[in-house]
Amino acid sequence: MSFWNRHKIFEKNSIILIAGILGVIAIGGLVEITPLFYLKSTIEAVDGVRPYTPLELAGRNIYVREGCYLCHSQMIRPLRDEVERYGHYSLAAESMYDHPFQWGSKRTGPDLARVGGKYSDDWHVRHLVDPRSIVPQSVMPGYPSLSTTELSFDDIGDHLRKNRMVGVPYTEDQIANAKADLKAQLDPDNPNADAMQKRYPKAVIRNFDGKAGDPTELDALIAYLQMLGTLVDFKLYDEKANLR
Amino acid sequence: MTHVSIASKQMTIGEATLFPLFAVLAFLSLVAAALAHDAPFAFHASLACVASLAASFLILNRYYDRPADLPPQEIDGRPNYNFGPIKFASVAAMFWGIAGFTVGLIIACQLAWPALNLDLPWTTFGRLRPLHTSAVIFAFGGNVLIASSFYVVQKSCRTRLAGDLAPWFVVLGYNFFILIAGTGYLLGVTQSKEYAEPEWYADFWLTIVWVTYLLVFLLTLIKRREPHIFVANWFYLAFIVTIAVLHLGNNPALPVSLLGSKSYVAWGGVQDAMFQWWYGHNAVGFFLTAGFLAIMYYFIPKRAERPIYSYRLSIIHFWALIFLYIWAGPHHLHYTALPDWAQTLGMTFSVMLWMPSWGGMINGLMTLSGAWDKLRTDPVLRMMVVSVAFYGMSTFEGPMMSIKVVNSLSHYTDWTIGHVHSGALGWVGFVSFGALYCLVPWLWNKKSLYSLKLVNWHFWIATIGIVLYISAMWVSGILQGLMWRAYTSLGFLEYSFIESVEAMHPFYIIRAAGGALFLIGALIMAVNLWLTVNAGEAEETQATAVLQPAE
Repeated sequence: MSFWNRHKIFEKNSIILIAGILGVIAIGGLVEITPLFYLKSTIEAVDGVRPYTPLELAGRNIYVREGCYLCHSQMIRPLRDEVERYGHYSLAAESMYDHPFQWGSKRTGPDLARVGGKYSDDWHVRHLVDPRSIVPQSVMPGYPSLSTTELSFDDIGDHLRKNRMVGVPYTEDQIANAKADLKAQLDPDNPNADAMQKRYPKAVIRNFDGKAGDPTELDALIAYLQMLGTLVDFKLYDEKANLR
Repeated sequence: MTHVSIASKQMTIGEATLFPLFAVLAFLSLVAAALAHDAPFAFHASLACVASLAASFLILNRYYDRPADLPPQEIDGRPNYNFGPIKFASVAAMFWGIAGFTVGLIIACQLAWPALNLDLPWTTFGRLRPLHTSAVIFAFGGNVLIASSFYVVQKSCRTRLAGDLAPWFVVLGYNFFILIAGTGYLLGVTQSKEYAEPEWYADFWLTIVWVTYLLVFLLTLIKRREPHIFVANWFYLAFIVTIAVLHLGNNPALPVSLLGSKSYVAWGGVQDAMFQWWYGHNAVGFFLTAGFLAIMYYFIPKRAERPIYSYRLSIIHFWALIFLYIWAGPHHLHYTALPDWAQTLGMTFSVMLWMPSWGGMINGLMTLSGAWDKLRTDPVLRMMVVSVAFYGMSTFEGPMMSIKVVNSLSHYTDWTIGHVHSGALGWVGFVSFGALYCLVPWLWNKKSLYSLKLVNWHFWIATIGIVLYISAMWVSGILQGLMWRAYTSLGFLEYSFIESVEAMHPFYIIRAAGGALFLIGALIMAVNLWLTVNAGEAEETQATAVLQPAE
């Protein structure tokens, strides 16, 4: 029986055809995805990387909500010009607590993986509300409503808990104090500020939107932007540690 | 006296389960709307409530209206084809196509003139862009695929579509998913995973609809009256099954509350990236390629009145394409934190993918051997053949861009956008237009289209639009990539980022002009189809179908 005749079994039986399709499409995905759950380079922990503070997480959710990833990547490639323009190339560990990842695929605007600390809070406030007041040639939309919309964070503890269920190592202590920690990050005089910083090392505590009153969405988003790429100290990072 | 049995009218199992089920769903949605944690969820729950009420009313109304017996499987020995759901999906495809092209034009203009963002939350580029991609890929493309697959599977199996309510459930349920997803984007409900933006409840609903789609398709195949399963149906089946696998693999998520829209996806960081592009690239491979190749394998031979060029080539084409495509995802992640071996594997398979892609193209184009003269006289066939040529072009460009050195230049730039659109406008768009131009007269029983001249106008206007679009994006993409990596003689980066943004402006205007032409073409098409249905000359009694084996 020739090969072409043997193929008739798929042409004459829809169940065998469907089984054949499933078998053929399973291979590639299994080979490429499964190892990522145990290979060292993809699951390594790097000193300094910690889960987001409640305020940063709320800010990240606004970043996700507005679809910022459609124009801004968060993944610096190990190419000379990118490293000089944006900073050290991105490590897998730096997005290990990102659900979902926001590496992006397009740079209509610049990469944001290490935007933290690059500009002042005031710059971000003005830029987010009216980008062309700071950068005249920019094509970014303005987001004036962020500065006037109060942040909704009553259920922020639930957000932390659900993140823990998908693998982000939030402690019971962090979950229980989520709401208080969120407020504390906006006010250096808050009695909780020290405890908050202990729970989230290197967390920056200040009033991000520069306005008194309840936390706004702008506060949260700027808190997130200002921490991006700042957690790993590359003076201490040993990039040879993973070489085999 | 002939014995007449008067069957007492009874509800089918489908009617008897779906009617109360939708009634319960309406009640539950109402409760969910009242207790919702956020406004978009309340809005969506209200939509679900209205839709469920409408569904249960329609089922009941249909039951009272219909005769006691269900529509027969055959009339006078000929299959009694079920065209209702196909008609609906065809109209929906045209509607969503125009909506999707319009939103595309708007966001193209926003990039050229940012004031058009209006700085309102629901009109910014970040919210409209997923609306554009979903409307064209899933709403326009999806409805074309559902319509054409339901048509092809019936005709090539010479049997009525399986199920009574199920095909309607697939069509209406799918369009309801589009409605939820699309309004969600405007309200900020998104997972922000490219091409998988819908949140958990929309994903859940889509799963139910899609499994029903698979069952309707598979059961129709199983009850076929032909010994062989026709080639187009292999591609449709691979598309339906694989999209189900990809959807389930990429989207498992944990909602923060069952009464709220926000969820956190199960995968994180680099694993999420790999899952996403395994999904994303194969949404291209199976939704936008395998599904539309099925259209090519049925509609081009049919329109050209020629057999498929090579049956053996189609066997190789089929298995090689679905095996190789799945591996290609990592080429979206070159030079990222994804391990190098995975990137190299993705690149290697992407380059290999060139072969089956061109094998398929050759099979489609060569089907015209002996009928090339029809390209002069039949603009519908010309549209489909040009679509296959665009397919060949973008499946050459794709493997080239997946080579790591090329990708280091092209990635993150407009070149990617241009590449996607040569495939989406040229291949998917044109082959869909061709299929709809064929389907509408067939479904509404008309002799021919209202006007072939209008098709000709559509063809040329849209083709010029595509050429403007992709050439503008090639130039802007390569320019962008080169500006980012340019150094001065002293070893400093030559351009700041914003200078590269500024340099894009003229190309963004040309691109928008190209998009506008493509939209105008689609509007001409809609008018033509509308006139075909409403003013076209009716087909006389259907000629007796000549029976021939499916090969």
